[in-house]
Amino acid sequence: MLRALRFLLRKEFLQIGRDRVILRMLIVMPMIQLVILANAATFEVKRARLFVVDHDRTPASRGVVNALTASGRFRLEAASASMAHADEALLSRDVDAIVVLPAGFARDLTRDRHAQLQLVLDAENGSAAGVTRFYVAEILGRHAASLAAKDVSVISADGGAGTSSGGAAAIEIRSRGWYNPALDYRHYMVPGILVQLITIVGTLMTALNIVREKEAGTLDQLNVTPVPRSAFIAAKLIPMWCIGLLELAAGMLIARTLFDVPVVGSPLVVFVAASVYLVAALGIGLWISTIVHTQQQALFVTFSIMLIYVLMSGLFTPVSGMPDWVQWIAQVNPMLHFLSLMRAVLLKGAGLMDVSKELAILGVTAAVVLTASVRQYRKGG
Amino acid sequence: MSTHRGHALRAFIVKEVRHILRDRQTLWILLLLPLAQVILFGFALRTDVNDVRVAFIAPAPDHASASLRARLAHNGRTRIVVDAASTDALEPLFRRGDLDVAVVVEPGLAERIGRGESAQILLIADAADPNTGTTMQNYATAVIAGWREDLLAERARTNGALPPPRIEMRARMRFNPTLESVNLFVPGLIALILTLVTTLMTAISLSREKERGSLEVLLVSPLRPWQVIAGKVLPYLALAGINVVTALLAAWLVFDVPFRGSVALLLAASAIFALAGLALGVLFAAVTSSQVAAMLAALGGTMLPNALLSGLIFPISSLPGWLQPVTNLIPARWFIVVARGIMLKGAGFAQLWEELLILTLMFIVLVVAAVRRFSVRLA
Repeated sequence: MLRALRFLLRKEFLQIGRDRVILRMLIVMPMIQLVILANAATFEVKRARLFVVDHDRTPASRGVVNALTASGRFRLEAASASMAHADEALLSRDVDAIVVLPAGFARDLTRDRHAQLQLVLDAENGSAAGVTRFYVAEILGRHAASLAAKDVSVISADGGAGTSSGGAAAIEIRSRGWYNPALDYRHYMVPGILVQLITIVGTLMTALNIVREKEAGTLDQLNVTPVPRSAFIAAKLIPMWCIGLLELAAGMLIARTLFDVPVVGSPLVVFVAASVYLVAALGIGLWISTIVHTQQQALFVTFSIMLIYVLMSGLFTPVSGMPDWVQWIAQVNPMLHFLSLMRAVLLKGAGLMDVSKELAILGVTAAVVLTASVRQYRKGG
Repeated sequence: MSTHRGHALRAFIVKEVRHILRDRQTLWILLLLPLAQVILFGFALRTDVNDVRVAFIAPAPDHASASLRARLAHNGRTRIVVDAASTDALEPLFRRGDLDVAVVVEPGLAERIGRGESAQILLIADAADPNTGTTMQNYATAVIAGWREDLLAERARTNGALPPPRIEMRARMRFNPTLESVNLFVPGLIALILTLVTTLMTAISLSREKERGSLEVLLVSPLRPWQVIAGKVLPYLALAGINVVTALLAAWLVFDVPFRGSVALLLAASAIFALAGLALGVLFAAVTSSQVAAMLAALGGTMLPNALLSGLIFPISSLPGWLQPVTNLIPARWFIVVARGIMLKGAGFAQLWEELLILTLMFIVLVVAAVRRFSVRLA
């Protein structure tokens, strides 16, 4: 068995090493994509373009607009009394938001202590609209508080104590982000996208490698030789497993040097976990190769499964936002567990014990996938 | 001669269609998998968070902190998973990923408010993933701000003082009032599926013929090179059409996604996008020398860029300045603008002609490049 494995492995490595084009694509393409794509994954709203429709035209209404623009979150793009113009600008994506200050805004604010304004957001980008809404609420809250503070100073200057608004009891909400105080999304995205790239490339190559032998008929030839199937499968998996780990090492180096991604925990834990994860990921490629008949089908199925991997890994959209039954499906995704492990170790400094749950899940997944595909392969062979 | 060639092309396309129809397994995969994906991702992809797990840290609880705790515990968005007296308890919870946000209340909150002194509430979020972390922090902040507003108004009332000024914001989410994520993702999912059926499938079917040498045989037939290529890829255009229609039907029936604009315009835009995708597939097949290389280029080169640089998940305007022009090269980016515009905004040709023109130009450039590459190989 071992002898056969050694020979098969030599053959596989030779085959991969000989095809320089593929080899370059395997190593270089993911690294280039990593450097570019890691910059792309953010919901950060830079400066929303604002259309102001001020029907009130008072110092109070202008104060609100000033507060919005002074925050640095908004840029005053246009102002007009016509809502139709504003709507048109929103439809043609010339502005991101419209603020409507109704007539009587200042009067309501002084008389009723309560005024309303309307914010119209282009929800074509749902996430950006949500963030913008929060910013506006926050700025308005602060603006109202500063108005209250002015009340106090005016009133106390008059000597009329006790009539101020709530005695200026201000409750300040301060926020702090642990593990990434600068909120640099790349610290999380670089390792995440790296794992996705490695998985896509590794799974596809594994699936194609075996299907190609199927298509060429060499698989049948191998099946009648005394080579054990486990040796054959191991020989197919091990080279891609090595390349995967190599890519991970190179990618981590890029992450460290180019993106300053912190490595708080032990990189060793990441690589131990990665070696288990890759068995699971490549095992799925193996499984794909047992159920399809042509390379075309293999590509199609790989694409579909990778899309599920990538979009349901919790990297781009949070898993906790998904409906319960979808969350259950997402739990089967080994990438989800590996990414959460990686994030915990790299950014939070989690140790082996903290991530034992993820590690166990990855181990079980690897074992199940491998057993299932070896069995399937026997049936097919 | 030209009618003869036209006849030959028709016969050739018929042959290719038969070829696809005969492979039932592939056909079923091609038809059903995309549909299943639209439905799955329609449910799965949400950018909002509705379950923020909160740790409540109050070293000396009083009635003010109790009312805040109640607020955080009973609203649809946040729930309290841990109560603790000190922040020391947080580290292991955050590390294991069992916690999203911690709210820390200083001792003597009620007393401070009663005396009219300023008080502080500290919000600690797990920012390891800043995208989700910030959203969760925002939700928690909004809950606390609501509590604060009510508390201060209440206090002013009991003191017989003027209530603090309040500026209320009524937000209207134009084009997607309920912020339904599925409405935003369906156009992007269609773009991904179209890429799969057009770019990937043509890249592999052409590169297979190349590898086997059967393409050379076809190229010396009376058909012109472009006719050979057209015959190979056009059946996939029909398949892409079926995929778009079923995906849209699913979006409409299962998710109630709105169709405010012209469906005909949407189908036309899909056709242009699909043609550009086909041309890109041909180009991949032309520049690579083996099936594996073509597939690696097609899958590796399209999946993540299409997901990340197209505006599907992350708004283009959020990207760094240098990266935004790069997205202009991704056809899906333009298609998503068009599809969202038609479906959500009811935009018509007048608002979308630029994007449609760009897609058309991309198609032309890709076709010219692809056919050239193939012709060069012939010579």
